[in-house]
Amino acid sequence: MSNYARITGITVEAYDTKTIEFQWDEKARPGQFAMAWVPGMEEIPMSLSKIGRIKSITVKNIGESTNRLHQLTIGDTLRLRGPYGSGYDLKKGVKYLVVGGGIGVASVLPVIKETGADTIIGARTDKDIILYDQAHRYASDIWISTDDGSRGFHGNAVELMREKCDENRYDCVIACGPEAMLYHLYKACEDLGLDCQMSLERHMKCGAGLCGCCMIDDQRVCKDGPVFNKEQLSGMTEFGVSKRDTCGRLVKFG
Amino acid sequence: MTLETSVGRIELERPGMVASGIMGETGPSMARMIASGAGAVVTKSIGAEPKAGYPNPCFTEIKSGYVNAMGLPNPGIELFADEMRIAVAAGPVIGSVYGADADEFAMLAGRMEDYGAAAVELNLSCPHAKGYGMELGTDPEGVKQIVVAVKGAVDIPVWAKLTPNTRSIADIGLAVQEAGGDAVVAINTLKAMVISPEMRKPVLSNKFGGLSGPAVRAVGVRAVYDLYTTVDIPIVGVGGVTDAHDALQYIMAGAAAFQVGSAVAKGGPDVFDEINKGLERFMMDYGYKSISEMIGVANE
Ligand SMILES: Cc1cc2nc3c(=O)[nH]c(=O)nc-3n(C[C@H](O)[C@H](O)[C@H](O)COP(=O)(O)OP(=O)(O)OC[C@H]3O[C@@H](n4cnc5c(N)ncnc54)[C@H](O)[C@@H]3O)c2cc1C
Ligand SMILES: Cc1cc2nc3c(=O)[nH]c(=O)nc-3n(C[C@H](O)[C@H](O)[C@H](O)COP(=O)(O)O)c2cc1C
Ligand code: FES
Repeated sequence: MSNYARITGITVEAYDTKTIEFQWDEKARPGQFAMAWVPGMEEIPMSLSKIGRIKSITVKNIGESTNRLHQLTIGDTLRLRGPYGSGYDLKKGVKYLVVGGGIGVASVLPVIKETGADTIIGARTDKDIILYDQAHRYASDIWISTDDGSRGFHGNAVELMREKCDENRYDCVIACGPEAMLYHLYKACEDLGLDCQMSLERHMKCGAGLCGCCMIDDQRVCKDGPVFNKEQLSGMTEFGVSKRDTCGRLVKFG
Repeated sequence: MTLETSVGRIELERPGMVASGIMGETGPSMARMIASGAGAVVTKSIGAEPKAGYPNPCFTEIKSGYVNAMGLPNPGIELFADEMRIAVAAGPVIGSVYGADADEFAMLAGRMEDYGAAAVELNLSCPHAKGYGMELGTDPEGVKQIVVAVKGAVDIPVWAKLTPNTRSIADIGLAVQEAGGDAVVAINTLKAMVISPEMRKPVLSNKFGGLSGPAVRAVGVRAVYDLYTTVDIPIVGVGGVTDAHDALQYIMAGAAAFQVGSAVAKGGPDVFDEINKGLERFMMDYGYKSISEMIGVANE
């Protein structure tokens, strides 16, 4: 159902990223998302970066609608639909390695909180790293990779993940980030014989599993996903390859 | 006992179809719906050119249904060939089309026939080119012209999907029959609006939308009942079907088959399996051997 929530807190995470906090009583699981809207923007999907009674979204300003969200201040009202989607399937006794790339850290933060799992945060540069302090508080061990080497491991998150899997024993990788990263991470999991769960993105309209615009192969990202397990990912021909535009046309990733 | 039914020449193993606009935009999603127990799948309404639809918000939940103004997003008839190839291999596909005029409807229907559609469904709820927010399907003469043009262009059965946003749906049904239409499908969504008091404005970017789900069921059942008393061609019932009991209302009002849209949101693709099981249970309990024995019995 849709709800309205008053914004109670705003945190600047990086030069282009803010966390917007509000009280929203709906029950949510790690990995779920909401459709967020205020007048003057398109309604867009946002992962819940906090899932208790106080919830939050962490928004990277990349276009008109995310820019509109960045203009909001404490006391403003936000319209939310959801929570939607499957979320991560977390089990006791499984040793997880969490990998968050870029804004993808927002989606996996509740997993780190719930499991205390070892965590890799990947970003382009030092100033693109978000939510490190929060993740650091809950993760058993935490490592950073930057593409330009300005902080932590010099290289991408997948290279760092391979290194950490050499040093430690994990059962399952949980990840959210750019699809190219996820695709290579998935390949690495195949090589290493690791299980995995990954959160994907496709263009969303209804968010509720009806309109069929967010399909990846025969799966609805908004309802069957956004988190898919290794078996589901292995059957996908479009993962890492192509997506649907707003008209439903198949377009290759550039 | 059997769930088989037929809509004119079209034989269906199971009486429930996926309604247009529900997971009908891509080949793989349509194939999945057929595998999940739907007797057929109706495609998203396809037009001559690719269309992005209205900007978000274009959909919202209300207490007993949904209001949407998707704005007919679709990849256009040319590219839809790729999706049809995959869907048609999985089972019966009804090609839904919308056009600006009779010629465009005829062209689109012809392409759907080429792609292997079992029948074509004309979406008469799209806006009238002449404006005023009127829907094409509210004018009996216009409807007749479209159906005649499409009948002249294809050999597959032609179904007309009726809008409830009209003074008399039975009159439109009669126009379809007189023009040689093979079946009527009722109902499309009811014109509706949702306002956010917090934001002091309509929620949908298009302001108006179409109401679907349980909230429209009683309106749909009544429309089918009315049509059954006025037309002789088969009727397909749609609007608010969530379980076998709902589907039986449509069948007993006069529908030879039914479609399910909104219920896919909560029930998922498995909703068809659930409905099929429920129908079998009911037929067992009440001594019916076939769907045809139940069609229109509420009119007797
Ligand atoms: C399940 C899910 C969870 C997400 N979680 C977050 C998050 O926690 N934080 C965050 O900053 N971003 C998140 N996103 C991405 C976010 O929705 C887009 O960045 C946003 O929609 C961009 O809108 P814009 O108008 O600012 O930019 P635009 O310039 O309009 O779009 C930029 C790109 O954003 C994507 N996009 C635009 N509209 C949509 C839509 N309706 N559905 C999906 N993608 C769209 C497209 O790839 C587009 O090319 C998530 C996306 C999905 C699908
Ligand atoms: C998201 C959505 C999109 C729809 N798109 C179409 C469409 O493209 N063409 C059409 O004829 N009907 C469309 N409809 C109407 C449905 O096919 C159906 O007639 C209506 O929703 C009532 O059935 P329901 O209550 O089972 O959903 C759409 C409905 C919804 C909810
Ligand atoms: S956004 Fe409509 S089905 Fe996923």
